[in-house]
Amino acid sequence: MQAFLDIFDIYLLEAVINGILLGGVLALLALGLNLIFGVIDVTWICYAELVMIGMYAMYFLVQYYGISYFIAAPLTILLVAILGALLHYLVIAPLLTAPPINQLLATGGVLFVLQSFATVAFGIDFRNLGIRLPVLAFGDMNFSYARLLSFLAALVGMVAVYLFMTRTFTGTAIRAISQDRQIMALMGVDTKRIYLITSAIGGGLAGLAACLLVLQYDVHPFVGLSFGPITFLICVLGGLGNFIGGFIAAFVFAEIISLGGLFSDLEWGYVLAFAFFIVMMFIRPAGLLARRR
Amino acid sequence: MMGQGRLVAWGLGLTALVALPFVYRDPYHLHILVLILIWSFAYTSWSMMGRFGLVSLGHGGFMGIGAYVTALLWNHLGLSPWIGIPVGMVAAGALALIVGYPCFRFRITGHYFVLVTLALSGIVLQIITATRDYTGGSLGYTPNRASGNKLLALQFDDKTTWYLIALAVWLGGIVAWHLIDRSMSRYALEAISEDEDAAAAAGVDVTAEKLKITLISAVMTALAGAIYCQYQMFITPDTVSGIAVSLQMVFAAIVGGLFVSLGPTVGAVITILLAETLRIGFGTRAVGWDNLVYGVLLVLFIIFLPKGILGSLLDRLKSQRKVPRAHEQKAVQIARPGT
Repeated sequence: MQAFLDIFDIYLLEAVINGILLGGVLALLALGLNLIFGVIDVTWICYAELVMIGMYAMYFLVQYYGISYFIAAPLTILLVAILGALLHYLVIAPLLTAPPINQLLATGGVLFVLQSFATVAFGIDFRNLGIRLPVLAFGDMNFSYARLLSFLAALVGMVAVYLFMTRTFTGTAIRAISQDRQIMALMGVDTKRIYLITSAIGGGLAGLAACLLVLQYDVHPFVGLSFGPITFLICVLGGLGNFIGGFIAAFVFAEIISLGGLFSDLEWGYVLAFAFFIVMMFIRPAGLLARRR
Repeated sequence: MMGQGRLVAWGLGLTALVALPFVYRDPYHLHILVLILIWSFAYTSWSMMGRFGLVSLGHGGFMGIGAYVTALLWNHLGLSPWIGIPVGMVAAGALALIVGYPCFRFRITGHYFVLVTLALSGIVLQIITATRDYTGGSLGYTPNRASGNKLLALQFDDKTTWYLIALAVWLGGIVAWHLIDRSMSRYALEAISEDEDAAAAAGVDVTAEKLKITLISAVMTALAGAIYCQYQMFITPDTVSGIAVSLQMVFAAIVGGLFVSLGPTVGAVITILLAETLRIGFGTRAVGWDNLVYGVLLVLFIIFLPKGILGSLLDRLKSQRKVPRAHEQKAVQIARPGT
């Protein structure tokens, strides 16, 4: 990276910083997915669709009911957290003993349901919040406040989850379960309750991501498809269930997308990210920070 | 394995299917039948892998490559689909090998495999959208109408011709299924899906066997995409590629039953009839409703009927037939504790 920095121009620096800002939100999404995978051993294919529902919730609360953004945000987080718990209770819990692939495919069905529910209920129009945040000019570089705010909020969210996981009894139980699923039930931990709480936290993180993404992007029923695949790539690259790996991978990917977008279209940034991903699969198949099992 | 009676039933059924367009000529119903046959072939291709626990969500990508390579070669280079389709199939096969090899070599299974293939179909969609100068992006793409020889361009206005082509392709898929079903690879792959390490210890070349089935499945899916493109003469990234198509394949195969040869076909019949009924019944208001019903059904099926409609039906028939020979049934149960 250092060799890169010697030859940068101002646009490159701007792209790099924008990449870091994008990485914050991606890291938040990867954290939610990794948390659920690490604890419950399930992958929510429909994770990005939960974010989409959250973005619609923000849109309706702010635009339609005229609630202030800062009151709507906690409501949305709560709503998506409840959705996450419901998803676990209705779909995952009956399948806990089934082969893992079945659980994954069932959440694929939920993806269909959420997407088409949004199509049926809200139509396929693009909607946006109508909040235009000012642009911060720093030297010759421009950064939107929306991205800056998202980055900071994502960091706060991640620190909050970290504190919850390390400082509270429930958090300790969650981490213990992710290490050994069978033993913890014998240790007097109610695994069903822990699973529900974890799902709710995972949902809550999706809700927080929704509140932040809605500032930057328009909402439509298929918005999940534009950042869902990249989230999965990040989680696999970081190693499923590996929080730190996911965090690093999120920033690596965000930089590739941002720098790729600087030289060409945004889609080519994604294509580049995928090519990088395939190469990494050959080099480090079990993730950036491979954890021996 | 195949009894005399079943052979006769297949023969009669096929004769009836071939004779159908000459007796019954309603263009709309023929159109639906052609669609069912093409998609059945695609779903069958997916199940070739899916039945061995290799759940891929990347088949939308393979299908998109088949469709777009064929159409692009025809429009930009004037290459006949007779050459374009094999090129598309080879391209899809090559991609399958590039992605499949590290996956299988480094034991990427289960969740990892699904997510990697999911990303694959997402990326193919992105590439098609990004190269919009050539592919028309998300607005879709139409192969040019042939001015000369219709056969050379593989473009026919006649629904009967298309019906017969689709029937032949579909039959090819079913035959391929049965060939694999009777080959040694099937036993190797079943062993792999039960326990990879044990299979490897028993002398199964895990990577090679998985690559073989992935290659076959991907190439067949690309063919399905190309045929679909030639028939519809209009493709968009969303109808032939991407995650939605991949999930649709999984859904249809699971609803029909992915462990029996005709399961994916039953799945295609059910899903396409469902979509068409909703479309006719509700008109434009039905946008989204078919997927809503799909999604709910998919979840319910996985929870309550993971073997699919045809699979569960056949199981029930089999167990009924076996009732008088109770000792045999017990033996079967011991041999397969999962069922």
